[in-house]
Amino acid sequence: MTAASILDRSDFDQLLALLVDEGYQPIGPILEGGRIVYGPIDSSSDLPAGKTDLHDGGMYRLVDRQDDALFGYNLPSDSWKQYLFPPQTLLWSAVRSGGSFSVNPPTSEAPRYALFGVRACELAAIDIQDRVFDGAYPDPHYGSIRERVFIVGVNCVQAGGTCFCASMGTGPELTDGYDIVMTEFIDEDEHRFLIRSGTTAGGDVLARLPLAPADPTDCSHADALIAEAATGMGRTLDTGGIKELLYENAEHPRWDDVASRCLLCANCTMVCPTCFCATTEDRPTLDGATAERWRTWDSCFALEHSYIHGGPIRVSVRSRYRQWLTHKLATWIDQFDTSGCVGCGRCITWCPVGIDITEEVKAIRTEEAAHAHR
Amino acid sequence: MCTVTIAEPRIDPMLTTPMVISARRQETADTFTIDLAPPGGFTFLPGEFTMLYVYGVGEVPISISGDPAHPEVLTHTIRAAGKVTEALERMRPGDTVGVRGPYGTGWPMEAAKGKDVVLVGGGIGLAPLRPALSHIINNRIDYGLVSMAIGFRSPHEMLFVEEIREWRQHFDLDIELTVDVADETWRGSVGVVTRLIPMLEANEDAIAMVCGPGIMMTFTARALRDRDFHPDNIYVSLERNMKCGVGMCGHCQYGPLFVCTDGPVKQFSEVERLFGIREV
Repeated sequence: MTAASILDRSDFDQLLALLVDEGYQPIGPILEGGRIVYGPIDSSSDLPAGKTDLHDGGMYRLVDRQDDALFGYNLPSDSWKQYLFPPQTLLWSAVRSGGSFSVNPPTSEAPRYALFGVRACELAAIDIQDRVFDGAYPDPHYGSIRERVFIVGVNCVQAGGTCFCASMGTGPELTDGYDIVMTEFIDEDEHRFLIRSGTTAGGDVLARLPLAPADPTDCSHADALIAEAATGMGRTLDTGGIKELLYENAEHPRWDDVASRCLLCANCTMVCPTCFCATTEDRPTLDGATAERWRTWDSCFALEHSYIHGGPIRVSVRSRYRQWLTHKLATWIDQFDTSGCVGCGRCITWCPVGIDITEEVKAIRTEEAAHAHR
Repeated sequence: MCTVTIAEPRIDPMLTTPMVISARRQETADTFTIDLAPPGGFTFLPGEFTMLYVYGVGEVPISISGDPAHPEVLTHTIRAAGKVTEALERMRPGDTVGVRGPYGTGWPMEAAKGKDVVLVGGGIGLAPLRPALSHIINNRIDYGLVSMAIGFRSPHEMLFVEEIREWRQHFDLDIELTVDVADETWRGSVGVVTRLIPMLEANEDAIAMVCGPGIMMTFTARALRDRDFHPDNIYVSLERNMKCGVGMCGHCQYGPLFVCTDGPVKQFSEVERLFGIREV
């Protein structure tokens, strides 16, 4: 681990300017429509200073903080997924000539994003999507954006009402995978960032910033704040033997219970930073001279998702919710050697009826244990 | 993790290669076979599939039904059952389709060497088995007793009529045929294909390759188990919705499996648990 330094709030914009100089488009948290989302940023004045967010099942509120912290919120509703794996990607376009056609890949160059404010759970989610898109057939669309990304991580010093990264072992501290990582300190007379690099590229950027050396009390202060966040998780999930638990309970009555509440809206899969299901869309021009092929986000909650000749395989709500949860927490482990859940809690916050993945697992586990004792 | 984990990508697996249709045969009222002329040839293993693209319409996974000894022809047998397959049905020699692949796991042609082989096909499920039988005929000395049970719903729905006639002339192949529902033209066996299984000549350590509707595969596996076939020696070919064919669109998931890359051919022992779960 490289030595930590101190960046004063008043010099924060120099970090942004340096990355813009390097050719990056900075993306960070911004206020939009009464919530915090990720979007392009030009300066620190775009960040949600003095705002924080309250989360619970099906509940989100933006409220004022007592200070001007730039990263004093928990999690935006959307994730970095929309930049690395965009909701719509042009795969190629075909041009018709006579009875034949030719295929042309897109010519645009991949953007260079500097992601500001990546949380530990979100970096874990990026690592998970790396495994998905860098499999036996690496996806060049994801890969070309991913390999150009610069990551500015920010450690969590508070936990949200639906957070459970501590249960999933993904946070709240960033341990590796970042170019730069920061912990924000704010008190009455000082607003500073404890900052360190994780890569050579990150080190090169830090070398050009007006930094002060950190003293050991700064580091222990940061550690204490992060430790406090770890104990303040709004949710917990017992992951012990979870794969076997879900494999053995494919016919558990709880699936019917949750099916009676689930609206099949697919919000959970859209806000999930690891969900990767996608479909393809063909978009021919009206005269038929060209036809584009697009990849768009899809959801296992959609009836069409499992369609084969004759009809869909997962017709019932029960089977579709079961597919999502079982994939996320169990089959994902067989597929990618990691859980598909990072404990960010977005699926809980943004579920319109407040279905809680941690509660569903708890119910299956408890009822199974009760059954075993009978 | 992070900055430079993913190597500079070279090939986009989603790019399709245009190929011209060189021949077309109508098999039944709704099923047809098309031969494509792949530039530079197309090597594949029996049981593998491709993604076929119709200009401006879409793409579907289709098993290769041709002879692996003839890479200069790429053959698919297709039932018109949806938007893309109906568009494929309207295409004629000289028209162009896009091809990606081959993808997926093939039949266990290596593991079956030196053993008896039982092939069981139901309806369009015969298509992915045809390359396996062609391979066996081309390399007959590598295999023991070879038998095949084929079932169709009715005589009108019989595929590969000429090929089946030709296969039945091989003295070293036992080809048994049945239809679920007969008419006055039918002189053969009547009943579901599983009823043929007790009659097939095969040692109990034989390798079975099964393809057909889910319910047919379930009952076939049961009939083979009744004959003391080991579940590791029974192979089935699975079917799911597929958008990418290369393990990243999520559509073909079957429990922990991505049918496109982990399948479509799987040992029955690996999927037996999943066969018992509805809507999985």
